[in-house]
Amino acid sequence: MPCKDKEVLLHAYLDGELDLRSSLEFEEHLKTCAECKEELQTQQNLRKALQGAEAYHRAPGGLEARVRKALPQSSARVVALRGRMRTVEWLALAAAIAIAVFLGMRIATTRMHGADDLVAQEVVASHVRSLQPGHLMDVASTDQHTVKPWFNGRIDFAPTVNDFSAQGFPLTGGRLDSIEGRSVAALVYQRRKHVINVLIWPDESKTESAARTEESNGFHLVHWQSGGMNYWMISDIDAADLRELAGLLGH
Amino acid sequence: MAEELGNNETARFEQAMLPHLDAAYNLARWLVRAPQDAEDVVQEAYLRAFRFWRGYQGGDARAWLLAIVRNTSYSLLEKKRPAELAEEFDETVHRNETERPSQEAEMIFSAESRSVREALERLPVRFREALVLREFEGLSYKQIAQAMDVPIGTVMSSLARARAQLRDLIVGARAAEVRRAV
Repeated sequence: MPCKDKEVLLHAYLDGELDLRSSLEFEEHLKTCAECKEELQTQQNLRKALQGAEAYHRAPGGLEARVRKALPQSSARVVALRGRMRTVEWLALAAAIAIAVFLGMRIATTRMHGADDLVAQEVVASHVRSLQPGHLMDVASTDQHTVKPWFNGRIDFAPTVNDFSAQGFPLTGGRLDSIEGRSVAALVYQRRKHVINVLIWPDESKTESAARTEESNGFHLVHWQSGGMNYWMISDIDAADLRELAGLLGH
Repeated sequence: MAEELGNNETARFEQAMLPHLDAAYNLARWLVRAPQDAEDVVQEAYLRAFRFWRGYQGGDARAWLLAIVRNTSYSLLEKKRPAELAEEFDETVHRNETERPSQEAEMIFSAESRSVREALERLPVRFREALVLREFEGLSYKQIAQAMDVPIGTVMSSLARARAQLRDLIVGARAAEVRRAV
């Protein structure tokens, strides 16, 4: 048994909670007190036993989805995608998000109104998600004839897919995404290594509208309706570049 | 602008708090024990955390969340199993005075994982809590004190007693095993 008056001290020493002076004093005591020394050894073994006992309960699969669902305006849809993410990817994601949030706070955001607001938020979320490792593309190809058929059978509409490498906007791939609970086609373009997501889905109202430019969280968004489709483009590149691509896309 | 903030708020909350889901579940699991209860506790804790989110002043996000998980766990125990909160540990029963300290260190060293987990499960909830926060989450005494809402001195004495009891339980079980084997 350790010295009665040293017991709490011993644990604080074990836990690295003593200041330097107390720590040195306790080490002096250990030199002359076999019992405290034994006890320290026992406690060190106990710590190793605890940590080696597979006693850590990791969250079961599905709990994250459940938590997200319970939160207001949650992005539960992403969950299925991230099951395989590893720690390294999480760190990368955390960094990407931190940067996104940082930019979002630094750059003045334009006001957005009405239903477009909600869509814009989802588009931003989609874009940020797509920048996570492994999430940008389901089909990686610079060939429009590969990307377009890939969407067949995955969505109930046929987006126009064109490569604009010659104009400085190479098509790099596509993926399925989800906006307002429906599947949308996401085309991925690049501009000087910056990622541009173009989200396309059918527009029930069949209106034709002029392109509007918004800014949200440091990203530029350009959106319009044309030919029975909704188009939303988002990137961190200049709004002018985005409008140029919008022109190519047929707006 | 306000709506925008509201939306970003959820995203920011998720980014800051969801990485600590394992820690939250592990603590809840050790406190309320039943897996289903632990999941309920975690969900409720995240909702509570989201409500308090605006009041979060920075600092260690995990420690902040774990304090809420801890309180939520206690709410559940109070409602469903109040007896567990009142339980005290009878130290005299488990103390095995015949073991020499050097043998104890050896016995703990060679203890099986299962018996270590069982011993931890048998500790009173407040001791389990202190040990889980310290040994599995590496929280400082100050953070544990904040989470448990007790003075640091109480954390220190809780940890010392918790470890003494854990040691006795493991050594006791090991000694019984050895006796059976002989």
